[in-house]
Amino acid sequence: MKRAHVSGAGIGVTLALLFLIIVGGWRYDGFLSSYNILTVLRYNSMFALVSLGMCFVIMTGGIDLSVGSVAAMTSVVSAYLSPYGLLPGLLGGVAAGLCAGALSGFIIVKLRILPFIATLAVMLAASGVGLLLADNQSVAVSYDSSFTSLGQGSLLESFQPDWVGGDNANWLGTALSLFFNFPTPAWLALVAYVVATVLLNWRPFGRHVLAVGGGEEASRLMGLPTDRTVFLVYLMSGGLAGLAGVILASQFGAGQPIEGVGWELFAIASVVVGGTLLSGGRGSVLATLAGVMLLGLIFTILNFENGMGWISLSAYWQSVIRGAFLLVVVMLQSKLARPITA
Amino acid sequence: MASHPLLSMQAIDKRFGVVPALRASFLEVEEGEVMALIGENGAGKSTMIKVLNGFCQKDAGEITFDGRPWQAASPQEAQRNGISTIFQEINLIPFRTITENIYLGRELKHRGGFLAWRRMHEGARRLLEAFGVDIDVGAPLGQFSTAIQQMVAIARAISFEAKLVIMDESTSSLDEQEVQVLFQTIRRLKAQGVAVVFVSHKLDELYAVCDRVTVMRDGKTVAVASMAEMDKLRLVATMLGRDLAEVRRQGATAFSEAARPPGAELLSVDSIAVSPKVKEASVSVRAGEIVGLAGLLGSGRTETARAIFGAEPHQAGRISFEGKPQHFADPRQAIAAGLGFCSEDRKHEGIIPRMSVRENMTLALLPALARSGIVNEREQRRIVLRFIKDIGIKCASAEQPIRELSGGNQQKVLLARWLCMNPKLLILDEPTRGIDVGATSEIQKLVRRLANDGLGVLMISSEIEEILEGADRIFILRDGRTVGQMSRADASEATLMAAMAHGSGDAAPHGGEH
Repeated sequence: MKRAHVSGAGIGVTLALLFLIIVGGWRYDGFLSSYNILTVLRYNSMFALVSLGMCFVIMTGGIDLSVGSVAAMTSVVSAYLSPYGLLPGLLGGVAAGLCAGALSGFIIVKLRILPFIATLAVMLAASGVGLLLADNQSVAVSYDSSFTSLGQGSLLESFQPDWVGGDNANWLGTALSLFFNFPTPAWLALVAYVVATVLLNWRPFGRHVLAVGGGEEASRLMGLPTDRTVFLVYLMSGGLAGLAGVILASQFGAGQPIEGVGWELFAIASVVVGGTLLSGGRGSVLATLAGVMLLGLIFTILNFENGMGWISLSAYWQSVIRGAFLLVVVMLQSKLARPITA
Repeated sequence: MASHPLLSMQAIDKRFGVVPALRASFLEVEEGEVMALIGENGAGKSTMIKVLNGFCQKDAGEITFDGRPWQAASPQEAQRNGISTIFQEINLIPFRTITENIYLGRELKHRGGFLAWRRMHEGARRLLEAFGVDIDVGAPLGQFSTAIQQMVAIARAISFEAKLVIMDESTSSLDEQEVQVLFQTIRRLKAQGVAVVFVSHKLDELYAVCDRVTVMRDGKTVAVASMAEMDKLRLVATMLGRDLAEVRRQGATAFSEAARPPGAELLSVDSIAVSPKVKEASVSVRAGEIVGLAGLLGSGRTETARAIFGAEPHQAGRISFEGKPQHFADPRQAIAAGLGFCSEDRKHEGIIPRMSVRENMTLALLPALARSGIVNEREQRRIVLRFIKDIGIKCASAEQPIRELSGGNQQKVLLARWLCMNPKLLILDEPTRGIDVGATSEIQKLVRRLANDGLGVLMISSEIEEILEGADRIFILRDGRTVGQMSRADASEATLMAAMAHGSGDAAPHGGEH
């Protein structure tokens, strides 16, 4: 009875995601192969992390435009630190992201600048810092340390027993092989989403995030720590963007100061597709994850479709198709969700 | 040792810029006492409350609470230390559940810091049960009526175990029954030794529930008396700073000027249905007549009015205006035909806060003022100045942002917005809600004057007195149906209340069986 009030958030995106998976699995050979699944997960975990931060920001009614260029900057930072090992690279990159997030948060909370403007400024600044640090080139990471295992490895690979896997494995074998070959960045994203779900639903912080987005003045009058909540949300977004940057460097073997362009829009799209209100106050972490997967899968499906040789759509089409999906899902969502008058 | 009052505010000064808002004013409240705090808008009662609950800081004066010097840096701190405020605007979060709205900021937690949802739901349910409200506390607050939301706000404030609760216009969105429930709550609080400062413009409420009254005017405390010693007319006179005899002559509301005989039928609404609330509503208005639309909150008054104005589609029934059947698809058509509508929600559906008085007033008129897309500013200015003078809008200039005006003056600007279009019928939804006594009487006077000039007025009001004294005819709605019609002569407080509550209006029901 209590759950009857779960709003339509997430239903639309889940349906659309299932639809894509079923169509893909039916239409393309190898679409549901463990190789393909793992590749999709590995590649999209960066976006999942960035979108998670964005989800929290948007739930407070804000926006973070800086995530893409912050990720680009931290990829450079972590690439420079990669010779010292995995941990320094990881921590350095995340710390750089946290700094950017703290800066956004500070500007928004203390200087009372609108999030759009504040994070636009940080976006430009972070982009500049990345380019300056990298001297306008990509910065190769060290392959001597274990740094690349973060983006390219699979956490549990070495624990995989010999009997798992093989070409003629049954479903159990496939599942186990998926488990042992689950990409390290996807583990990171998974943990982040689990932690975020707990944070949102079972910790005061999460409730405060939604409360601030649902009515900032009301929250202030209720005595909620609104400034702290808003600050933490941007800090979190910066940290997650930093982590995504580290994965970027590690996965592609270089710090990429010019990567990350448009990531913020991808993240915003994922969050919105997941049914989170752009004006704040209502949202879902898991639906955001579904949104990331949906938009990510469209790219994969396009590749498979091209591979069949019937048509040849350039990568530019993926933007058009993503846009169309975004619209359809959001429309679906608003039909399914019960309106709540403010 | 002599017993000290629970709260004592002495010689409080407060300035905003150069404008003094409080001048040596005082307020004392005893333990378990319900103290009315009244005064016109701008008299300083809101400032007094804000100084007390930490919303702003006093410039001078002394406050002691519960035997100790009192200083609150914020409403939150005040709340933690025993003074809870229920603000006029409901300051809750519609998207969040009722439980959250009660527990936000001091959530119950398991060991380890995880939220104890079950205990919170349980607690919220028990709190509301004490108010006679039995609802699903896991549902988003926004799904419920304003009255329930108000109850939740009160439940939240009280659950802080306050020693003093400030209720700032808490009843303005409640209907009669709900007000009674609130009063019971106040009495229960009183029995527990909790003191209440009760701010209301509705004088009857003060007499129903308050022990003493503190009257403020022009930033000063001008009188403190027990309610029993202070009759209503004296109270109004003290508040307005006017001669008692003069107030006595004018009556309690300002509709008293005699009505002229009404003209031809202007509007006729026959059994319209507006989903989901209105099932069978009928109303008629003649030119030069003020028609009251009475009913409890939720009886479908506003929805009926909105349907007449074309702001909401109606599913059944007929509307005719000036003898011709009409079906306004949107307000534009209704406005073109000569209707005007003043919404009850001034803040959201009426004013545009940052725009000037001039702009707010002429928004709807702009198309008529423009020739080939250019607004005739001279004409615009002339109209604006005429109305400012005509209906006595108090503003620094026509260019002053409307949000800086008092509620009463904002309402006058909105009235002027419609009047400058020369409407034939004006629908007023709660025209005096949240407006102080002085401005209320000015607006009531104005409405009567307009009607005497031939304007038809359909007035919705929750104030029984306003309907009784103001309306020439009264239609009563109950649960979305017109259950009765009374002329001014037939109507009394008792008959009207009975009709609103039970639908047993003495006069002929609609539909023409008689």
